[in-house]
Amino acid sequence: MLSSTVTSLTVLLIVVFLFKEGVGVFDKTAMEEGFVIAINKNNPVDKLSSEQIKNIYDQKIISWEEVGGKKDSIFLFRVDDISNFYTDEQIGENFEMLPYRLSSLVDSFPGVIAFFPEKYLDKNFKGKKLEADKVTLAEFFGGEEWFPTAHPSAQLGVKPLILGTLWVSLGAILLALPLALAAAIYMSEIAKERVRRIMKPLIELLAGIPSVVYGFFGLVVIVPLIQSTFGVAVGETGLAGSIILGIMALPTIITISEDAMRNTPRAMKEASLALGASKWQTIYRVVIPHSISGISAGAILGIGRAIGETMAVLMVTGNAAVIPHGILEPMRTIPATIAAELGEAPNGGLHYKALFALGCVLFIITLFLNLTVEFISNRKKAHKH
Amino acid sequence: MFKLESKNVDVFYGSSQALKNVNIEIQNNTVTALIGPSGCGKSTYLRLFNRMNDLIDGIKIDGQVLIDGQDIYAKGVNVDILRKRVGMVFQKPNPFPKTIFENVAYGLRVNGVKDENFIRERVETSIKQVVLWDEVKDKMKRSAFELSGGQQQRLCIARAMAIEPSIILMDEPTSALDPISTSKIEELIHELKSKFTIVIVTHNMQQAARVSDKTAFFYLGELVEYGETKQIFTNPKQEKTQNYITGRFG
Ligand SMILES: Nc1ncnc2c1ncn2[C@@H]1O[C@H](COP(=O)(O)OP(=O)(O)OP(=O)(O)O)[C@@H](O)[C@H]1O
Ligand SMILES: [Mg+2]
Repeated sequence: MLSSTVTSLTVLLIVVFLFKEGVGVFDKTAMEEGFVIAINKNNPVDKLSSEQIKNIYDQKIISWEEVGGKKDSIFLFRVDDISNFYTDEQIGENFEMLPYRLSSLVDSFPGVIAFFPEKYLDKNFKGKKLEADKVTLAEFFGGEEWFPTAHPSAQLGVKPLILGTLWVSLGAILLALPLALAAAIYMSEIAKERVRRIMKPLIELLAGIPSVVYGFFGLVVIVPLIQSTFGVAVGETGLAGSIILGIMALPTIITISEDAMRNTPRAMKEASLALGASKWQTIYRVVIPHSISGISAGAILGIGRAIGETMAVLMVTGNAAVIPHGILEPMRTIPATIAAELGEAPNGGLHYKALFALGCVLFIITLFLNLTVEFISNRKKAHKH
Repeated sequence: MFKLESKNVDVFYGSSQALKNVNIEIQNNTVTALIGPSGCGKSTYLRLFNRMNDLIDGIKIDGQVLIDGQDIYAKGVNVDILRKRVGMVFQKPNPFPKTIFENVAYGLRVNGVKDENFIRERVETSIKQVVLWDEVKDKMKRSAFELSGGQQQRLCIARAMAIEPSIILMDEPTSALDPISTSKIEELIHELKSKFTIVIVTHNMQQAARVSDKTAFFYLGELVEYGETKQIFTNPKQEKTQNYITGRFG
């Protein structure tokens, strides 16, 4: 009683902490802290989203017209470019004249967009400072790019990561389910008791292998195999992750499905056989329908494990944070992203909070999966009596 | 020629012998009751006729079991086809987790019948035969688990009959049922006799006396006495039989 209360409380605290930090990302601006973006005072544009800023700096947007301004073409200005316009004397030995020069430069180019540290903002700045927006939910879930360290504006689109996670996990389950079902059927319906007693612990042993070892196996065996089989440039693909995760999910699915199948009442199987059904017909028409909720629970818990898995995936999927279009592309999953980036994200900063928000997304996905399992097994109980 | 026949049958579970040299001959369209104390081998004997014992690890069967004069344990006998000719009803009702309709249709479907009209007709006839039609005709699409125990057992009999076997084996079919359901099933057995050869295991002496033409009394794996039911219950030749039917042991 006490211990379960303590456990629940701990879990609750962790979840509260996770969400408190994660939600904090929507209180931050995507713009780099301590920097300003300024434009000419006659430019009608007031706001730019972080994606627009990025596209401007990547020169994918080259005219103000594209972001709701005049027909002027955009003149990109970074603070380092200042020496192209003024001599060292004009700037001053300790940059004391820099704020003034920046101000007049922004004032004299109608199409300018300037990015510079806030400390060089002149007191009588003649340009227009763009207000940085807070990160929005739409940006977070709709953004197509995950690049939290981008200058001048971080890209926090989680779509590629969510899609990467789903692709890899879905691939894993598609590969694992038929194999696991075959193994479960063999163990519960076909194998002799002696064989079963050897196989069962072996399969449970699979679950005990550390995921780094699976990662090594994937890197050394699966990745080169994919590279040569499919003739792709890099073998580190979503498929490699799916294969490794599929193998890792096998023990869960096999064990749970096998238990469910063995729970099929003997009388029901005998009734089927007595009606002239073959062993396979009995398996297919009686055993599997009877244990279908156990099998689905096993499959979902298997996916759950796959979705949350970090290390092995990090090692074999190539970790490209771009929207995947097929299983043979490098992908990056949510857990792998958190594991790889958290160490480098400054504590409390935008990147840090964004990773926590990712953690929340992952938590919600797995919670949803677990509730589904709960629902399925409850329905099974209700169905029986 | 006899419908069912066993010649010098011995059955071993591992090293323990469950049946010892059992010889029985059963006529077509008769009801035979198998009686005897618990563990004497009645179920083991019954399950020889549809080779249900084959599923058990470490079982060994010697002697001959014949249906229509053919040894069903001979090489090359297709067990699935054999079981289509021999229906079985179990001690506890064991419907499938399917609809009432699909339960009865199951045997036809696994035997490759595709004609839905034919299936519907056979399902209906079978359910009418077990006098269940009026009770279930409006809920054929409901789960079989929604029926009472007695209804479920009659459904299981209908399920066995749907594939038109010539033999029906029943292992204590009424032991889990109330008196009313029991008498319904006993009446049914009477009616089915004209079409099927029935072998029934029962612990209920009155039931054996009421429904069967012949009775076989087993004791510790041996067939002690086999004969006309009337004779077994009124004038048994063996003292053991006498003691058992009068309730002195068992
Ligand atoms: N699967 C099995 N494995 C080992 N021994 C078995 C098995 N089934 C039955 N036996 C043994 O064989 C003997 C006969 O069993 P059987 O089930 O045929 O008895 P029965 O007459 O049907 O008893 P009951 O009236 O209790 O149903 C018993 O001693 C039993 O312990
Ligand atoms: Mg028995």
